[in-house]
Amino acid sequence: MTVRVLINVPKLIRANQPFDVKVLISHPMEPGQRRDQMGKIIPRDIINSFSCALDGEKVLDIEMFPAIAANPFLSFSVVAEKSGTLTMTFTDDDGVTQTETASVTVT
Amino acid sequence: MLPRRRVVLLAACAAIPQAIAIPPAIATPAQVSLLIQELVGDAPLKDGLIHLDLPVMVENGNSVSMTVSVADPPSPVEAIHVFAEGNPLPRVAVFHFGPRSGAPRVATRMRLATSQTVIAIAKLRDGTCWRDSVDLLVTLAACIE
Repeated sequence: MTVRVLINVPKLIRANQPFDVKVLISHPMEPGQRRDQMGKIIPRDIINSFSCALDGEKVLDIEMFPAIAANPFLSFSVVAEKSGTLTMTFTDDDGVTQTETASVTVT
Repeated sequence: MLPRRRVVLLAACAAIPQAIAIPPAIATPAQVSLLIQELVGDAPLKDGLIHLDLPVMVENGNSVSMTVSVADPPSPVEAIHVFAEGNPLPRVAVFHFGPRSGAPRVATRMRLATSQTVIAIAKLRDGTCWRDSVDLLVTLAACIE
């Protein structure tokens, strides 16, 4: 299942100056603790890992647990020397991996 | 012979354990300190340097904004671990920083099952570990519904 992802990269980026990237993934992040009307536990379904790299160089890897809220929002800092591509990869409990990219333009 | 109302009272007492729903198991501070000990090992664990930003009063535990940051670390930050003492599962997230990270700072939204203490631990490359915690009150709990 592919999910909708919003990525926000600032328009004006200077070389070697950190900038913030914001990511919003629409995912229910079912914690596996809730019960349905029949009293059965709703199986856990969360994004358990997220990683971001700039042209293959690691920015941030995140291990996520059910305590991350539904529709996970992330904001983190990146530093670039030159223009490139941010690659974000995340995996959910079914083992499905999705990759999103965003371009970084250094001015 | 017991009076009738006493019998009724006894019957009511016997019925109570079944009537109380079993609460979801929650993590304990002891469990969290064990996890932290496992993570830190023999390295010194000091307060400070890392800053965990969370509201002290939380209206809705389903989505709470959290920011962790390390200001001017003496050596690069390898990872930041976040633990919640009162959630069903104590782990919240682990952030591993790479060479392209601009600053050791991450913001996200987390779930809180009850009023509790949230702890953040930063592990630096030089081996030192730093700790910050926030005690907060939660009005509407997550995870139950």
